[in-house]
Amino acid sequence: MDFLQSIDWMLLLRCFIVGGLICIVGQILIDKTKLTSARILVIFVTTGVILGAVGIYKYVIDFAGCGATVPLLGFGANLAKGAITEAQTSGLLGAFIGGVKASAGGIAAAIFFGYIASLLAKPKIKKQ
Amino acid sequence: MKSIETKQEYLDYVDKKSPNSPILRNCFNAFWVGGLICSIGQLIFDFCQYKGLDDTMSSTVVSIILIGIAALLTALNIFNKIGKFAGAGSLVPITGFANSIVSPAIEYKSEGYVMGVGGKMFTVAGPVLVFGISTSVIVGIITLFFI
Repeated sequence: MDFLQSIDWMLLLRCFIVGGLICIVGQILIDKTKLTSARILVIFVTTGVILGAVGIYKYVIDFAGCGATVPLLGFGANLAKGAITEAQTSGLLGAFIGGVKASAGGIAAAIFFGYIASLLAKPKIKKQ
Repeated sequence: MKSIETKQEYLDYVDKKSPNSPILRNCFNAFWVGGLICSIGQLIFDFCQYKGLDDTMSSTVVSIILIGIAALLTALNIFNKIGKFAGAGSLVPITGFANSIVSPAIEYKSEGYVMGVGGKMFTVAGPVLVFGISTSVIVGIITLFFI
């Protein structure tokens, strides 16, 4: 199949390793600190925005593809990239529009699927 | 067994008796589950590229599909089992963000569809968006000074 031939297996391997390593950082934060998962998610996204803003994260994405974009660091870096690009083209207005615009798909999907899921699923009964 | 008298002795005793810190195992599970989720993303990305989408669109499609899968698994009550096993492995990828929205949405259904589902949805995702988006606006404004 053509698609299978088009896959870059080395990139897939780098993606697996880098994605896994980023998750290990998260796991160490969970195990070694008393941070709640909400705080860990906030830390990851904010760190991602900063890494994206200073231009480091671009190289990680070039190296590992989705291994860098799928973790929340990538979500943050994408916010930063959007804000920077849009600020360069449309000034102050762009600084406000860019970030959310770049990640609108993910945010809208999460909200939409969340609402649909709540319509279909039953809340699980909490065991005492 | 000698009796335990001081607090320090007690703490040492607890340390000795409690199971060996499973941090290595946790990290290993987080590593391969997280890596696997990213790899699934990469395969979706490759398929989008194969179909002729550009990088930005492909990334968005990857996010939407992974979020969709995470939402489905959360609704089927499978995601929290994966989460218990993998820890950060399923929390740190975008699937964790999706789960943080979908899970309270289902949980608070009984409080109504507006304030229950609509409001509680953002219990965890709210702070993430507040800090992520605010930082991105600051980054955008700083950029203006360096053009």
